[in-house]
Amino acid sequence: MNKEHIKLSATAAKLWFGTKQVLKNVTVAFPENKITALIGPSGCGKSTLLRCFNRMHDLSPDARIEGKFLLEEQNLYKGNLTATAVRRRIGMVFQQANPFPKSIYEKINYGLKINDIPKHERPAIIENALKESYIWDEVKDDLQKPATKLSGGQQQRLCIARTVALRPEVILMDEPCSALDPISTSKVEELILKLKKDYTIVIVTHNMQQAQRIADKTVFMYLGEIIEAGDTHQLFNKPQQEMTGNYVKGHFG
Amino acid sequence: MIRKLTPVIEWGTLLLSTGLACFFLAIILWDLISKGAPSLSWEFISSSPTDGMTKGGILPAIIGTVLLTFITALVAAPFGICCAIYLNEYAVDNWLTRIIRASIRNLAGLPSIIYGLFGLALFVQGLQMGTSLLAAGLTLGLLSLPYIIITTEEALRRIPNRMREAALAVGATQLESIRDVVLPSALPGILTGLVLTLSRAAGETAPILFTGVAFYINKPAAYLNQEFMALPYHLYMLSTQHQAIEQVRPLAYGTALVLIIVVFFLNLSAFYIRYQHSKHE
Repeated sequence: MNKEHIKLSATAAKLWFGTKQVLKNVTVAFPENKITALIGPSGCGKSTLLRCFNRMHDLSPDARIEGKFLLEEQNLYKGNLTATAVRRRIGMVFQQANPFPKSIYEKINYGLKINDIPKHERPAIIENALKESYIWDEVKDDLQKPATKLSGGQQQRLCIARTVALRPEVILMDEPCSALDPISTSKVEELILKLKKDYTIVIVTHNMQQAQRIADKTVFMYLGEIIEAGDTHQLFNKPQQEMTGNYVKGHFG
Repeated sequence: MIRKLTPVIEWGTLLLSTGLACFFLAIILWDLISKGAPSLSWEFISSSPTDGMTKGGILPAIIGTVLLTFITALVAAPFGICCAIYLNEYAVDNWLTRIIRASIRNLAGLPSIIYGLFGLALFVQGLQMGTSLLAAGLTLGLLSLPYIIITTEEALRRIPNRMREAALAVGATQLESIRDVVLPSALPGILTGLVLTLSRAAGETAPILFTGVAFYINKPAAYLNQEFMALPYHLYMLSTQHQAIEQVRPLAYGTALVLIIVVFFLNLSAFYIRYQHSKHE
């Protein structure tokens, strides 16, 4: 087995909200073109960890971050690298679809516009992103309609399209299916699996079946620490730690 | 027995309170309309007062109030909205911002006559503007400022964080996220607060009393440095200060009715904005 290329990593990551320490010395690595699932009970810090990577905590004045966060060799918090430049390379899909109060077309166009992508290139990029997100056939005739008219699952795939339109290297997903019905969920999962060949994906999920269906790697977190990380199959079937076994079997959490 | 009666009493109390409030509102409106409507005519709203206010119309007062409200909006809206954006989107939550917020809330509770005195001291005398439309507009602008800040902040707070994050996640700066996502979403709430504040300001008498309003101007105010007539003050004069109060009473009621109608239309536009927005959601 050849060694995987590590795309994104955190070393000795610590995070405090005010005086409350949410991440305690987290070291984790996400391999390129793989799907890694972050699992663990609510409040274990998995979303907080995810949001460190695209600097979403920058706007919370009481958040204090220590440790090294790397995208390839680039330190995400060092030097004159701006948060917007980081977010350009590390996209994010949220728990609840959060369309802008705009049309479907505008929703994707907005990201292109503020990233100064030339006007004449945008229609092709938008069409491509919608196709890549397998939603083109459903919305191609309604591009000028408000995105809020779409179903929850369609909106979530649209949010993914908005993210891939910017060609990030990594896509962070924060429980993207938790507000969706099973059919929409399976469509989004299908899409995530297809995106794997072009993107490195980190997904936070509460759904054990989902982690087993789509993730190559799984990381189990508990109370701000990583308890166990490894291949999904192994972590679910032959966990090294007793706590991991109890959690994935549903004994607590 | 008591358990059975409790809901009836509760329900009855609520119904009675609502009924009572509506009852008094209806009486006031009925009184105004029945006594004011006969004076309403095209001449009443299109001509100046004549014969020592006993005849003629109230055109200068209508124009004065409209111009005054316009100046108030120009002064208060930009500052108020920007201040609210700063407080809600940028300011960190520390003792300083808490003091600022508390002060704004206290200012909103200040009696309007205090603003009048302050306007007199600062604009009329301090800045040498004299009693004028500009001084009165600035004074009313100060009065409206805290309300606009509070209502705008309220509207901004209702925008969920995930909307801001959506913009940030595609690479928008904080300013871009506010400009392109937060403000457009909060606009109906901001405009509603603005219009309601202005309709309140339009009906104020005390702040303009010392700062620029006049009993009688023979031509409509058109210059910022002139004194002007305004509906609420005109009403006050006709109903308490005129030497022939009984004679001008119908005119006073007519003026009151026009003032109510102006304010009503301002409020109506606020409801219209809300309605339009809820249709789009």
